[in-house]
Amino acid sequence: MEEKGKLRRREPITDTQLLMTITICIFVGMYALAILIWGGGFKKPQMLFDMLNDNAYLIIISCGLTIVMITGSIDISVGGVTALVAMVGVMILNGNLHLFDGIIAAWGLSESFRIVFALLMSLLIGLAFGFVQGYLIAHLEIQPFIITLAGMFFARGMITIISVDPQKGPQALMDILQKRIEMPWLGSPNKKGVIIPARMEIGVVIALVLVVLVYLLLRKTRLGRSFYAVGGNRQSALMLGINVRHSRFMAHLLCGLLSGIAGFVFMMHTGAGNATNATAAEMNAIASSIIGGTLLTGGVGNVIGTFFGVLTLSTIKSIVTTSGLRDPWWQSITTGAMLCFFILLQSVVLMRKNRGKK
Amino acid sequence: MNKRKSKAIGILKNSQLLVPLIAILLLVVFNLIRDPGFFSVGLTTNNNGDPVLQGNLISILNGASELVILSMGMTLVTAASGGQDISVGALAAIAGSVFVKVLKSGGGISAPVVLGAFLLCCAVAMAFGAFNGSLVALFNIQPMIATLILFTCGRSIAYWINGGATPTVSSPIINAIGSFIPGIPIPTPILIVILMGILFALLFRFTTLSLYIQSVGINQSAARLNGINSVGIKLLSFVILGACCAVAGMIGVSRLGLINHETLLINIEMDAILAVAIGGNNLGGGKFKMIGSVLGAYAIQALTITLYAMKVPSTDVKAYKAVVIVLLVVMGSPVVKEAAGRLGTRLRASRRVGAGKGAA
Repeated sequence: MEEKGKLRRREPITDTQLLMTITICIFVGMYALAILIWGGGFKKPQMLFDMLNDNAYLIIISCGLTIVMITGSIDISVGGVTALVAMVGVMILNGNLHLFDGIIAAWGLSESFRIVFALLMSLLIGLAFGFVQGYLIAHLEIQPFIITLAGMFFARGMITIISVDPQKGPQALMDILQKRIEMPWLGSPNKKGVIIPARMEIGVVIALVLVVLVYLLLRKTRLGRSFYAVGGNRQSALMLGINVRHSRFMAHLLCGLLSGIAGFVFMMHTGAGNATNATAAEMNAIASSIIGGTLLTGGVGNVIGTFFGVLTLSTIKSIVTTSGLRDPWWQSITTGAMLCFFILLQSVVLMRKNRGKK
Repeated sequence: MNKRKSKAIGILKNSQLLVPLIAILLLVVFNLIRDPGFFSVGLTTNNNGDPVLQGNLISILNGASELVILSMGMTLVTAASGGQDISVGALAAIAGSVFVKVLKSGGGISAPVVLGAFLLCCAVAMAFGAFNGSLVALFNIQPMIATLILFTCGRSIAYWINGGATPTVSSPIINAIGSFIPGIPIPTPILIVILMGILFALLFRFTTLSLYIQSVGINQSAARLNGINSVGIKLLSFVILGACCAVAGMIGVSRLGLINHETLLINIEMDAILAVAIGGNNLGGGKFKMIGSVLGAYAIQALTITLYAMKVPSTDVKAYKAVVIVLLVVMGSPVVKEAAGRLGTRLRASRRVGAGKGAA
């Protein structure tokens, strides 16, 4: 108790930490409440893993957005890039992009090399989007919203230019990609009493590793610290000798790369390319980041908070579905109401805290 | 004479209206080269036997109406709160649903019923606008997040208002709002836009609203210390945007004669924000020029119509639109402008040197 008091006196809790703590508390509280009320599904660890499996791509996108938002910028092309990458990836796998068929035939590679090509293309597309957008925003000083909105239009338009029809990955290759990590010790018995092991997709592992990497980048590296400085006050950062343009450029490049990886993970999860993939993912990612304590104005943010932001949003959605509201319009109205409650709670807590300070 | 001309060019060069004007000019020139008759306007008779104007120019002006009205409201919200409202499409769908609900509930559709329906849907949309505004102004929530709530559930509320159906309305009055008033050859949505423009112009001319909004947007605390009710101004800007949504929703419903909550003005929030940005307004709030947003909105619609005229499939239009938008904003970017200015000075200097040599 005394130690806690000491700690507090030395370093007052920041807004980010407070928002992050609220988010984690709400997530845990909501989940506990869900277990108490609906029991059943929520009691099984698989429910949590399902949420992670479904949202692995969103976690990765949100990490990228958190970086960009910390520098005081925004990127709304992420959902479009994810969908474009997933489409290209699936078409490489099922051989509808003939360029890669030629390479594979000429070099005499086995079919599973298609996965390597798909991964390379994902990274390349993501980097290309990040590079162009970052250059235009950082070096030509154009408003990020316009450029990344154009990026979203471009990505979504390219999907239908590449293929109007939905594409499906071939079963043999998808079996490799959709391998799951089985954890029998977290399994739960089914109706017949047989233990079904909990399953986690590879994408979740990628997402978790990326969360840790981005956390370390933001905390421990010079580049990461410069993101905060640039977002907090660009003028002061410039006077401190930080290369503001380079930092902003790198933030967008990283965000593009992460949305490319997210596209690959999305493809691993669904195995399908479709023009409506990852719709409104950018809005969900922005919401997750903000719920996790990142400010759109820049300089403030934390990727761990973002991770819990994604989990909180998906818990809201799964609670609405399990509580028996099957009609889609009731689902979104309830989601909106809970979002409203949540945002208000955050704001009231922040206002009370800051009033106390004065 | 020459001096005055260069002064005018200087004013235009520094004006935020440069980008939207260049955009429109480029589109006009491009279309005239492609098809000299592109902008010809003809007078034909419609099914009711009334003379109506027809042509690509009319369809650009007509089709952009909802976007123009929404971008007018969006300009105010952007300037006052430094953020954007992403729920305008959903809000317009709610307003449209209320409009249709009232029309369907009474016996027949007469002028007073339509007026009542419009007033009610205006009130509902303004109430939702006030909800957004109070989240932003009273609770200090960032506008994009505050409006994310309605963005998520707005279209579902619109669905629920009409009991999960997509009812149709047909009446000469609705037809008059959506297309033509008998006897007047100009499409009614264009007239409504002009009316809204006049209303805003009067509002800015005879009240201090514009000044107050800009001062709240530039520095909220300074505005408050100068006795401006910054909370009230922010709230008011969202309420005005709500009214704009209601007008846009009414036009959208009247155009088709039905309310489809899923597709009515879908994705228009992005276009409206884009119009504000192309119009040279800072998305971080502060000073604004509404005429810039209006020109931006017309530029976007002209671009879309041009692409359709070039037989680009409607699903692919987005990609081409993106390329043009990027080219436009690159031309308007401060860095490129400065570089062009330097190049111009150097050219002029070298020419002067050359002239001097010739004289010697």
